Amino acid sequence: MTTSISAQDPQLAAAAQAARQQLDEQVRQIIEWHFNPETGSSFWLEWANNAGWDPRREVQGFDDLVKFGHFEDDWLRGGPVRRWVPKAYQDRPIFVFETGGTTGTPKTRVSIDDFRIDYEMFSETLPEEHFPMGANWLMLGPSGPRRLRLAVEHLAQHRGGICFCVDLDPRWVIKLIKKGWHDHLMAYQQHVLDQAVSILRAGHDIRCMFTTPKLLEALANRLEDEGSNIRQEGITGIFSGGTEFTPQWNRFAHEELLDGVYMTPTYGNTLMGLAASKPFDPADNYKITYHAPQPRAALQVVDPDDASKQVGYGETGRVMLTTLTKETFVPRFLERDEGEREPPCEAYPWDGVSGVRPFHRLASATTVGVY
Amino acid sequence: MLHFPILRWGKPYKSLDIDQVVHFATGEPLAEVSQANGGLVQRDMRKAHQARQALREIPIQELMQRVKSAADLFMQAELAAGEGSQTPDEFVKYQSATTGLPEHMCRMNMEKLHHVLTNLDSILASLTRGLDLDILSRGYGEEDGVMRSFQATTPVLGMVLPSNSPGVHGLWLPVIPLQIGLVFKPGPQEPWTPYRMTEAFYQAGIPRESIALYPGGADIGAAVLQNSPRCLIFGGTATVEQYKGNPGVQVHGPGFSKILFGDDKVDDWRDYVDLMADSVLINSGRSCISCSGIWVSRHGRAIAEALAERLGPVAPRPPEDPQSALAAFTVPGQAEAINAQLEESLKEEGVYEVTSKHRDGDRLIVQERCAYLRPTVIYCDSPERRLANTEYMFPLVCVVECPQEKMLSSIGDTLVATAVTEDEAFRSQLLDCTRIDRLNLGPIPTIQLNWLQPHEGNLVDFLFRARAFQMAG
Repeated sequence: MTTSISAQDPQLAAAAQAARQQLDEQVRQIIEWHFNPETGSSFWLEWANNAGWDPRREVQGFDDLVKFGHFEDDWLRGGPVRRWVPKAYQDRPIFVFETGGTTGTPKTRVSIDDFRIDYEMFSETLPEEHFPMGANWLMLGPSGPRRLRLAVEHLAQHRGGICFCVDLDPRWVIKLIKKGWHDHLMAYQQHVLDQAVSILRAGHDIRCMFTTPKLLEALANRLEDEGSNIRQEGITGIFSGGTEFTPQWNRFAHEELLDGVYMTPTYGNTLMGLAASKPFDPADNYKITYHAPQPRAALQVVDPDDASKQVGYGETGRVMLTTLTKETFVPRFLERDEGEREPPCEAYPWDGVSGVRPFHRLASATTVGVY
Repeated sequence: MLHFPILRWGKPYKSLDIDQVVHFATGEPLAEVSQANGGLVQRDMRKAHQARQALREIPIQELMQRVKSAADLFMQAELAAGEGSQTPDEFVKYQSATTGLPEHMCRMNMEKLHHVLTNLDSILASLTRGLDLDILSRGYGEEDGVMRSFQATTPVLGMVLPSNSPGVHGLWLPVIPLQIGLVFKPGPQEPWTPYRMTEAFYQAGIPRESIALYPGGADIGAAVLQNSPRCLIFGGTATVEQYKGNPGVQVHGPGFSKILFGDDKVDDWRDYVDLMADSVLINSGRSCISCSGIWVSRHGRAIAEALAERLGPVAPRPPEDPQSALAAFTVPGQAEAINAQLEESLKEEGVYEVTSKHRDGDRLIVQERCAYLRPTVIYCDSPERRLANTEYMFPLVCVVECPQEKMLSSIGDTLVATAVTEDEAFRSQLLDCTRIDRLNLGPIPTIQLNWLQPHEGNLVDFLFRARAFQMAG
C-alpha cells in the first residue's frame, strides 16, 4: 500500500512509514499463521496446495498479497463452515456470522474474538463526553445472525454499559422492497420504532445508540411528531453506518435531526470489521473519510479496470479490502463500493477512502439503505 | 453558471450534492442543480398543510388573476433562474440544449403553457362543470338550492416530472388556483420549466411556501410519491403497471394514440394524409398524444407508402433551425437500444418497414454526444403483430390492417383515438369503448388538445372528493 504523503509534514510521514512497517509485519505473521499446517485453516492450506506456491516463503509484505489474486466472497457460501477455522482455534467456542441471504445461501464468516477486538479498538475512537463510560446503549439495527448485533452489545459492555436491542430482520425488509410492498415496509419500520421508543422511555437511562441512517431519520421524525427529539430522549452519542452516508446526508442529519447530539459515521461489514471516520469537520463540507482498523484490515482504492493499480489521492476507484487477523484472512476482496482515495491523517496515518457509495457498475443490482 | 437550489417551501437550499445539466451536443455544462436527499423531502412534507393554508388565505378568483399574470411573466419577462436570471430566449435555448427538442418546439410548448394559464377560468369552469369555486374553497355551499360539499384529498400535489416533453407541464397549471400546493421532482434534463414557472408564480404573488422543488434521483421520486397523498407521475409502461389501481397516483405513460378509419371513409384516405402525418410528426412524436397507430380495414400498404413518402425524408437539423422536426436522444444508448428492439421486431412475418426506400441513410444517426431516430412507418398485416401496438419516443407509426368489427376489441388502451367515420353504428361503439380515453369524432389531429376537457382523469376529481354534508339551520 502506498504511504507516500506530503514531505511538508515529516511527523505524519514518519507515522505513515511506521504504520506501513507494522502492516508488513502483520502480513508476515498472518500468512505464517494461516499457511502453517500446525495452525492454519483447512481452506487456506488446501488453497495453497492447489496454488502450487508457498505463501509463507513468497509473501513478505503487503504488496506481495497481489499473488493471491482476489478473494471471492462466494467461497463463503455453504459449508462446512469449520474449514475456515484455524487449526489452532478448533477447540475454541465458535460464532458464525452471516451476510446476505435474502435469497439463497448466505455468506458466513466464523469468529471467535475478532468482533470483540475490532469493537474494542473502535471504542478507543469514541469521545468520552458523548459516549460516557458506563452508559447504557440501544442497538437499533439488524438482529439475527449478524455480527453487528453482538458487536454493539460487546462495545456497550466493554465500556461498562448494558445494551438493549430490537428485533429487526433485514432480509424481510429487502423482500418487502423488492416486492414493492411499501405499506408493509412502513408498517415494519413502525414496528421497529415502536420497540425503540418503548425501550428509550422505559427508564433504562440509555445515552448511546447504534442505528442506520434510515432508522435515524424515521426515529427523529417520530419523536418530533410526539413533541420530543433524540436529545430530549437522553441520547448523547450515536454511531451509524451505511453507504447512503453521503456528505449531504451527514449535513442534513447534523442540521435537522440531531439537535446537537454527536454522531460518528462508520463503514464496515462482516468481512472487514469496522472502519472509523476521520473526526468530523463541517468546514470540510461534511466529507466523510474512513480509515480501516489497520493493521488488522486495510482498505485500498483501486482502478476498476486494473485492481493491481491504486488510483491517485483524490481520485475515484473501487474499494478493495484485505483482512489480516488470526481468525480470518481475506486478501484483496473487491467490495461493491467505490470512493475517493484519501491520504493518511494524524489520527490514522494510513490511506483512507471518502465518498463511499455503491460501485456504479453494480449499483443498479444493489439494494442499499434498506433499514 | 446557473445554479438551481432545492426550494423547500420557497426557501432556497444549496445541497452538497450537485448535478450538472449539460448541452446534449457539446457536453458544455449549462447549469448546476442541487440534489435533494429523500429524508429532506420526507421531513419537509410534514409541513405540507402549510402550503394549502397559505393558499386558502387568498380567494380562488384572486389566485386565478395572479396565475394569469404569471402567464405573461413566464412568456416575456427576464426571471430569476436559481442564483442567476434568464430571458425567455435563453430559456428556450437552454431547454432545447438539454432536452434535445428543437427550439421552435420549445417555443411552441411555452405558448401552450401560456395558453393554459391565460384560460384557466374556462378550464376550471369546465373541469368543475361550472361549480362556484368558492364552494371548493369553503368546503360547502348551496348551488341551485342543493347543498354541495367538496373535501380536498391532499394539501399538495406531488409530481414526478419527465424530461422528454415540456408540454406536459400544462397538466398541473390549474392546481395552485384550486388552493392546493405543488411539490415537484423535475426531470433531470428539464429543470427549466418547473423553476421558471415557479418564479413566475412567485413574481405574480403566489405565496412562496406553497411550492417545493426537489431535484434528485429515483429515490427523490419515491420520496415524493410516498409522502404526497396525491401524485402525478410520468413514465413508461412499467411505471403505469406499477401504479395501476393506486387511487393516490395518476400515472401518465405512453398514450398509444391512434387514428381509426371506418369502412365508410377508408377509401377516401388520400384526403387525410396531412392529418395522419401531422399527428405522427408534430412535437417529434414525443407526446403521449402523438399518433403511433393508424388502423384501417383496407389500403394499409398504400397508406403506409404515402406516409413514408412524406415522413421518410425528414432528417435531423440543427436545433435552432425553424424547420427542425426531430428531437435528439440525449440519454446515452437510448436511441441505439430502441433501434435494436425495433429491428428485432421487424423480423416478424407480416411486418414491413416502408420508410427505408424514402430515406437517405439509416434510421439511427449517432452523433458524438447524442443520437437521432428518423421517422419510421411500418405496415402490419394484422393486429396480432407485436408492433401493431407500439410507441417509442420518436415519430414511429404502424399502419395496421384490421377489419372494422375487430378494431375496438384489438386496439388496446388508447389515450387519443381520432375516428374518421360517419357511420353512426361505429360511432356509437366508439363512444362506448372504454379502452379509449379521449375520443375525437372526425378528422381532428390526435395532437390537437382541447384543454377544457379532462386529460387521463379529471384533475379536480383527483384533488377533491364530493361528499354528503348537512348543517343545522
